[in-house]
Amino acid sequence: MKKHWYDYMWIVSLTYLILGFFNILFAWLGLLCFFIPLLISIVGGTKGYCNRYCGRGQLFGLVGGRFGLSRKKDIPKWMKRKWFRYGFLIFFFIMFFQMLWNTYLVFAGASGLKQVVTLLWTWKLPWHWAYHGTLFHPGVAQFAFGFYSVMLTSTVLGFITMILFKPRSWCVYCPMGTMTQLICRVRNGK
Amino acid sequence: MLVSNERKGRFIHMETRMKRKRKACVNVNECVACGCCVKVCPKGAIQIRKGIAADVDWEKCVGCGMCARECPASAIEVQEVQV
Repeated sequence: MKKHWYDYMWIVSLTYLILGFFNILFAWLGLLCFFIPLLISIVGGTKGYCNRYCGRGQLFGLVGGRFGLSRKKDIPKWMKRKWFRYGFLIFFFIMFFQMLWNTYLVFAGASGLKQVVTLLWTWKLPWHWAYHGTLFHPGVAQFAFGFYSVMLTSTVLGFITMILFKPRSWCVYCPMGTMTQLICRVRNGK
Repeated sequence: MLVSNERKGRFIHMETRMKRKRKACVNVNECVACGCCVKVCPKGAIQIRKGIAADVDWEKCVGCGMCARECPASAIEVQEVQV
């Protein structure tokens, strides 16, 4: 099969994760993974992002498929149920807004910048080495730390389910995937 | 006696044994429309319809099962169907 330029988006995803170890402000670029799929689903009415451009999915497909780091077992039934997929989407949203709130607090001067990356919403990892100051408000950096936490957490979850189940198991409960599918359903009247 | 074959719009004899072939069948309730199946299908027989679910073109599908193995939601099964 012919390879297209978008078959190499996994390199972008990997680079993004690596850059976060050097300068946290690169985390802002991750917003593209939020807005592009939404735009494609709202304007185009398709899941073109998942289907073609999602670098994270490709990364899981590569590591789990090509490199064989996956048991390739069926995902448990409950993980593909609607309540779990939408429940995870809501949970993800709540955590996202909590992160935005923390960012707001820093912007408002009510709390100081915390140079930590929170993994799986629980463990606070010191991440000061990736912070070299910001030209803007410390809140800009706080958002970067928070957003990178979201991205790293979802990658770690994705890797866990990749190893346990099929390579792209993350796609089953990926909040962006669930949301864009919902948008397509509503938009295309089904 | 004649019955209509809806797929082709032609008439075939009831006595003629309907052909049974193995084709990929998508469980649309479980499909997450991720497009993994589209990428692995050697016949290009699958497309994601309107971002909702995968749609298999049975005219092209040879029932190899690559999509079923790839599908992260295990929403595709190769089944014997009448075509």
